[in-house]
Amino acid sequence: MYEFLLRMGDNTLVLGHRVSEWCGHSPVLEEDIALANISLDLIGQTRLWLGLAGEVEGQGRDADALAYRRDAWDFRNLLIVERPNRDYGHTLMRQFLFDLWHHERLADICLSEDDRVLGIAAKCVKEASYHLERSTDLIVRLGGGTAESHSRMQTAVEALWPYVGEMFTDDALDIEMDKAGIAPLPSNQRPRFDEALNITLSRASLTRPAGDFAQKGGRSGVHTEDLGHMLATMQFLPRAYPDARW
Amino acid sequence: MYAQTVQSTGRKVKSLEEMSDQERAFQARIDAGEKIEPKDWMPDGYRKTLVRQISQHAHSEVVGQLPEGNWITRAPTLERKAILLAKVQDEAGHGLYLYSAAETLGVSRADLIDDLLAGRAKYSSIFNYPTLNWADMGAVGWLVDGAAIINQVALQRTSYGPYSRAMVRICKEESFHARQGFDIMMKMVAGTAAQKAMAQDALNRLWWPALMMFGPPDKDSVHSAQSMAWKIKVMTNDEGRQKFVDQTIPQIEYLGLDVPDKAARKNPKTGHYSFVDPDWDEFFAVLKGYGPCNADRMLARNKAHDDGAWFREGLLAYAEKQTIAAE
Amino acid sequence: MTKDWPLWEVFIRGQYGLSHRHVGSLHAPDAEMAMLNARDVYTRRNEGMSIWVVPSADISASAPSRKGPMFDPSNDKTYRHPTFFDIPDEVGSM
Repeated sequence: MYEFLLRMGDNTLVLGHRVSEWCGHSPVLEEDIALANISLDLIGQTRLWLGLAGEVEGQGRDADALAYRRDAWDFRNLLIVERPNRDYGHTLMRQFLFDLWHHERLADICLSEDDRVLGIAAKCVKEASYHLERSTDLIVRLGGGTAESHSRMQTAVEALWPYVGEMFTDDALDIEMDKAGIAPLPSNQRPRFDEALNITLSRASLTRPAGDFAQKGGRSGVHTEDLGHMLATMQFLPRAYPDARW
Repeated sequence: MYAQTVQSTGRKVKSLEEMSDQERAFQARIDAGEKIEPKDWMPDGYRKTLVRQISQHAHSEVVGQLPEGNWITRAPTLERKAILLAKVQDEAGHGLYLYSAAETLGVSRADLIDDLLAGRAKYSSIFNYPTLNWADMGAVGWLVDGAAIINQVALQRTSYGPYSRAMVRICKEESFHARQGFDIMMKMVAGTAAQKAMAQDALNRLWWPALMMFGPPDKDSVHSAQSMAWKIKVMTNDEGRQKFVDQTIPQIEYLGLDVPDKAARKNPKTGHYSFVDPDWDEFFAVLKGYGPCNADRMLARNKAHDDGAWFREGLLAYAEKQTIAAE
Repeated sequence: MTKDWPLWEVFIRGQYGLSHRHVGSLHAPDAEMAMLNARDVYTRRNEGMSIWVVPSADISASAPSRKGPMFDPSNDKTYRHPTFFDIPDEVGSM
């Protein structure tokens, strides 16, 4: 259960951080504001998931201790959320692919037999639903916009494609969570994800990348090089001044 | 303030005798406390001065995202990160409200932003100073937003309706900004020796630039009189600065930090503090582009704008295609 | 050379059944994005339950020069206001 909660909370922690990196640097003021809302939602969700993880662990660690005092190998997020922002199209495509998965995942977890898990999922699913609406609208528009916006979005989906498969792989922990009635198997979502993805890509005149090779490892603590750099920045103050209270 | 050296038209205020009938009627409305609305007749100088002032104010909000944005990825707790992000987001929002107010005067946001990016427009000197430690997030909220709010509260009474309404909304949202800054400072001074040192360091660096925010001394401020008569400006630079010093020094003492101005003293008769002027040569140098961060701030804004061009154009192209398809 | 997205006016109905009220404006490429942007820009503090967005160019406004003829005539119709009528206290609330 603890590991499951880390998987949920680390996804939102890492993606919320990546999105916050755009603050003040996005293409237009309206986007700065919208991105900040997404990041704020994700940070809020992180506090819920990691807060519960700390409780379940029972070692006296709260959400901040888990976010700021673990090293990369203890992180359980999907690789896709730690991928760097690159251009705005890459950021939006990453957001869209994550939102599509996240929304379905949370909807599934709303069937959890654990009231605490269900409570968090029920709150988060509404936020995820809005995120998905927004990212879908943008993908469709940019795919069908100018030749340049189309080509940037096609490049982005191809670059991120190898990180999609990991979202739907079941491992021993997933099977355990499913049996315990806490969360259904991630693989259950794949058909729904594919259907929605195909619809949006087609509306956006984008081509679904071929192949199904999947980079894996995030959910068991084997990350890309990028996560370590992100944590070096994010965790600097609590690590450099371990006795300080902020 | 966020519009420190707005050039008004001419050095002196037109007397009632010098005015045309239309101008006299306009001035009478302002004197009666009426709000001027976008489609009302207004003197050319009024319109031009307003556009300059509101756009400087908007640019300041937009560039003002950067010094605080510098610490979002290093905020030390999830709650602090959320608070800081929400605050910087408000600044983007305030820039947006102000550009909208300026647009009611017949200019486009795109043109105003082009002026900023080409270095033709000014923004507040304060944002050309760096944020070097976490306590700067406290000091910026407490001192910079504290100084700004003095001016913005007064500007809610400004004569131009859309500007005044933007100020009302901004003041309502800003009320948490200074408080979250002071809250950070309280945590820092109650913390470890290193934290207290950060707090003092931040205060020492930002005190003088905060005093500069109110603009040059009234005796050297040649452009204020007409703006005051038009109620575009409603408080003089010196009045605002005195108010800021009077409210801030007791707060510094409450925190147990040293006042950077060693000579500041309270006059028991007036209740006002005496204080040393900031270095005005430095102030004018920063305005000319020689502050520690001018180049970096402009580089960051230009990069965001240039890198985002394909995005803005892509969405516009899609919308145009949809319109054509629907016709 | 920069070109703005079209300008939209935003109207929001708050929680207590009051009418939609003009809250400000923003830029967006089309109506759907204007709606999303309005949600993100103007309801950050839980202000809204319903949003209208209207292209600014489509708003017809009364002309300031017609202020007299448009609005002065209602000045002297004080009988439209309830306080115009003196009703004795004994009658009770009305």
